[in-house]
Amino acid sequence: MMINAKELEYQQLNEIIRQSSEQNIVIENCMGQRYIGAGLSGKNITIHGTPGNALAAYMNGSTICVFGNAQDATADTMNDGVICIHGSAGDATGYAMRGGHILVRDDTGYRAGIHMKEYQDKIPVLMIGRKAGSFLGEYQAGGIIIVFNLDGNDQPPVGYFCGTGMHGGKIFLRCSVPPADLPAQVCWHHATTEDLESVREYVQEFADAFGYDVQQLLTQHYIVLTPNSANPYQQLYTSN
Amino acid sequence: MPVQFLYPEYEVMRSPDLCILCRVCERECANEVHRYDAGRKRMLADSAKCVNCHRCVALCPTRALKIVKSDHTFKENANWPRQSIEEIYRQAESGGVLLSSMGTPKDYPIYWDKILINASQVTNPSIDPLREPMETRVFLGAKPDSIRRDQNGKIITDLPPRIPLSTPIMFSAMSYGSISYNAHASLARAAKELGICYNTGEGGLHEDFYEYGPNTIVQVASGRFGVHKDYLETGAAIEIKMGQGAKPGIGGHLPGAKVFGDVSRTRMIPAGTDAISPAPHHDIYSIEDLRQLVFSLKEATEYKKPVIVKIAAVHNVAAIASGIARSGADIIAIDGFRGGTGAAPTRIRANVGIPIELALASVDQRLRDEGIRGNVSIVAGGSIHSSADIVKAIALGADAVYIGTAALLALGCHLCRSCQSGRCNWGIATQIPELVGRLDPEIGYKRLVNLVHAWTHEIKEMMGGMGINSIEALKGNRLMLRGIGLSETELKILGIRHAGE
Repeated sequence: MMINAKELEYQQLNEIIRQSSEQNIVIENCMGQRYIGAGLSGKNITIHGTPGNALAAYMNGSTICVFGNAQDATADTMNDGVICIHGSAGDATGYAMRGGHILVRDDTGYRAGIHMKEYQDKIPVLMIGRKAGSFLGEYQAGGIIIVFNLDGNDQPPVGYFCGTGMHGGKIFLRCSVPPADLPAQVCWHHATTEDLESVREYVQEFADAFGYDVQQLLTQHYIVLTPNSANPYQQLYTSN
Repeated sequence: MPVQFLYPEYEVMRSPDLCILCRVCERECANEVHRYDAGRKRMLADSAKCVNCHRCVALCPTRALKIVKSDHTFKENANWPRQSIEEIYRQAESGGVLLSSMGTPKDYPIYWDKILINASQVTNPSIDPLREPMETRVFLGAKPDSIRRDQNGKIITDLPPRIPLSTPIMFSAMSYGSISYNAHASLARAAKELGICYNTGEGGLHEDFYEYGPNTIVQVASGRFGVHKDYLETGAAIEIKMGQGAKPGIGGHLPGAKVFGDVSRTRMIPAGTDAISPAPHHDIYSIEDLRQLVFSLKEATEYKKPVIVKIAAVHNVAAIASGIARSGADIIAIDGFRGGTGAAPTRIRANVGIPIELALASVDQRLRDEGIRGNVSIVAGGSIHSSADIVKAIALGADAVYIGTAALLALGCHLCRSCQSGRCNWGIATQIPELVGRLDPEIGYKRLVNLVHAWTHEIKEMMGGMGINSIEALKGNRLMLRGIGLSETELKILGIRHAGE
């Protein structure tokens, strides 16, 4: 089904999507309508234009493909599904996501992957084609973040304070040196073949989505960030 | 032997005449205070390990035990009391931040106890709740400010979603993790039996408790633990936790040691991982941002659930509440600074925030002044001790109250304020299976039901005495209150007159 979102309020648009019995939905002329796909299961949505904040919040197993840029808080607390953005995504992309994949072709803003979690086989994955803003992976508790640094040089494709508060999960950065301001609670190493093989299926997904060669992406040099369990964030407390 | 700066504040006293060496005390104490000396054939106690939780006292079959305050003392000093001195010793020893549990024990004014309730005499007869109907039911949520009619002149009745409560009492947020499975089971079952709600806190909802959904408030906080579509849809309402009375301005931290098994699964983080709820929501820097989260939750649940925004009572609480009332939230929960907690830095707990009585009165007044009181219901919490406090809270403007500490006391808590240790001998604030097993939900839920029934009856009697037969007629009815021993400023903030006026 095709929806022309022009002059539709977000509540109207989302109600149409919820009420639709069709699995495949195409939204044309999307102009900042918020909460598209919030809590949604079992649909494939294609969006042309610019979806508003909190795209796919709490989404529970749908596919969303955006031809354009996404705004802030994309996939807030997403449980399952795939979001593919042919453009950039704003701040707090993947906030507290618990499962599913986000693929951003270009850049993302501040605080991407903040508070991502994982539990057993539910491993959320956030992949960013070019660069991420400051606070990437802040409070990260699980899941995998990959920043491909396409069109970049050997410098880290992140802003300041990458991994601040990180206490779980992994961050892969395609570059030669680690971010200069890594906190003591985050450690880094040069990616090994095993590291890269462990994310091959995700990289393949990204390459397929945006027309890259997976082999070429994987033969580059990556830095891997993980929490330094020997130096946890836990504050020293004294019982009183 | 190293120098010991701290002498036990409480001493375990055992009557040798009464002790029958049954060793129940030894088995019951998770802090390992008691031990049997086989050589001397007697029980010994290490008072330094005692947290004064009364578990051994309550189970001693011969009442041979009691805990007494030590008369050991520093040189008397009004400026440097024992606690201040010992806190310095603790920090000089460890370099750590002082950590405490439950509400602050400091001697701050309890305004409830300085407010008196009215009663009818001669005119406006009082009502006997045993013989006449008394309405304690409340509906929490936005109230429309006008009546809408359809083309035929019939009233349109599609009201915003609300929470029906049989009595204006709810159990406040306590997460699974901070308290035990059996504590949650007791609260959930009692809430269902009573027709009220309990609150998951930020720990997710154990799969066994989904059946209590209509009596459950599900919480969404900065860490988003356990939040997913089914969770949101299961609850009677969704609460966004912005702040907590015991620790305004800071987040939560469940140590990895308590994150295993079902707690780990319910929070959806790996076992052994610290569960960190950051101080702020990183997507909320303004009322507009709050509005975004409120409506993302409403969209995800198709506008069927009321949304509560819970804040700590802080200095600018009235202005903050005014913003929340315009954010699309249906209910504001305000938590006063005496509220309880599973663990909070001592300094924050004892020094940050303001009393709920003052916060509640100023919020209600502010929303009335701005003509937006009907946008939201107000729930007050943070040390409600009795049914009288509830009557006073409602007359000050609350629609309902949250009780946390009182509910735990009903379950057997003795306010030893050692929740952070995770070794609660009463099976409440612990995840150790042998200790959790000591709290029987079958008994626990009945004790909660008893408490709320008793309080509800007392509320009816006080209402009846005032000649009021419906909670709604008491709400914001400050003429029913008088202050005693309060300054003019305090009376002005509370919006009440002094006794005798």
